[in-house]
Amino acid sequence: MPLDQSYVGRSYPPTEPYQVGREKIREFARAIGAADPEYLDPEAARALGYADVVAPPTFPIIFTMASSHRQIVEDPELGIDYSRVVHGDQRFAYRRPIVAGDALVCVNTVEEITSRGGHDFLTTRSDVSTDAGEPVVTVWAKLVQRGEE
Amino acid sequence: MTFEPQTFRVTRADLVRYAGASGDFNPIHWSERFANSVGLPGVIAHGMFTMALVGRAVTAWAGAADAVVEFSVRFSRPVPVPDTDEGTEVVVSATVKGETEEGHTRLALTATCQGEKVLSMAQAVVRKR
Repeated sequence: MPLDQSYVGRSYPPTEPYQVGREKIREFARAIGAADPEYLDPEAARALGYADVVAPPTFPIIFTMASSHRQIVEDPELGIDYSRVVHGDQRFAYRRPIVAGDALVCVNTVEEITSRGGHDFLTTRSDVSTDAGEPVVTVWAKLVQRGEE
Repeated sequence: MTFEPQTFRVTRADLVRYAGASGDFNPIHWSERFANSVGLPGVIAHGMFTMALVGRAVTAWAGAADAVVEFSVRFSRPVPVPDTDEGTEVVVSATVKGETEEGHTRLALTATCQGEKVLSMAQAVVRKR
């Protein structure tokens, strides 16, 4: 059954703030092989004008994927079968860099639902801001739910 | 203008490390048995790991972590990662595609594995230094 179009535009409650840890940025940077000192060394990061170690561009996926999964993909009324889901598209629009010490709130929204060729396409948008309300990054993910065999 | 392509080696160990760091523990990225059971030829890299490697190339070309204004990809083909010491390779390249209204530089990005494109419609907008 196609996904319910009435979900388009629905936003979920703001998440609890995700606390950006220095060690998490280091762990993520090492996992992707990003060896530049601004990802690893607070002094080097400060010398470049960042408040603390800075996150690589795809770092926000950690908390946007987890929170949109929890709120949207697992919404029983929307009824997504995650075993048939693959990641289609991913997009980030940055307002300011993420640094260790940030507390980041996500507001997740169902931006688009389409159906084509028996497959369903769900685009989620995560508006990420600091707990003080400063916009940080907007993250879009398009998930493809493949048709049932 | 074209940038010097960057080559990244990807092994199973990289996928395990990325799974832990990102929190994405989908078994198609570490279990051959599970990957085969859902019709994949074998373990494949996380799409977001490939995107992270492209992000490394983009930040290197742009010259700073915070020079990236926009970054988007479509995952068009999986990156199979064999269980060998060598794993596989992802090659990332970029071409300048003009300027945005704000005066930023638009880059068209490609990522290939074994000669096949694994992303489509991949692009970044970067701030000039």
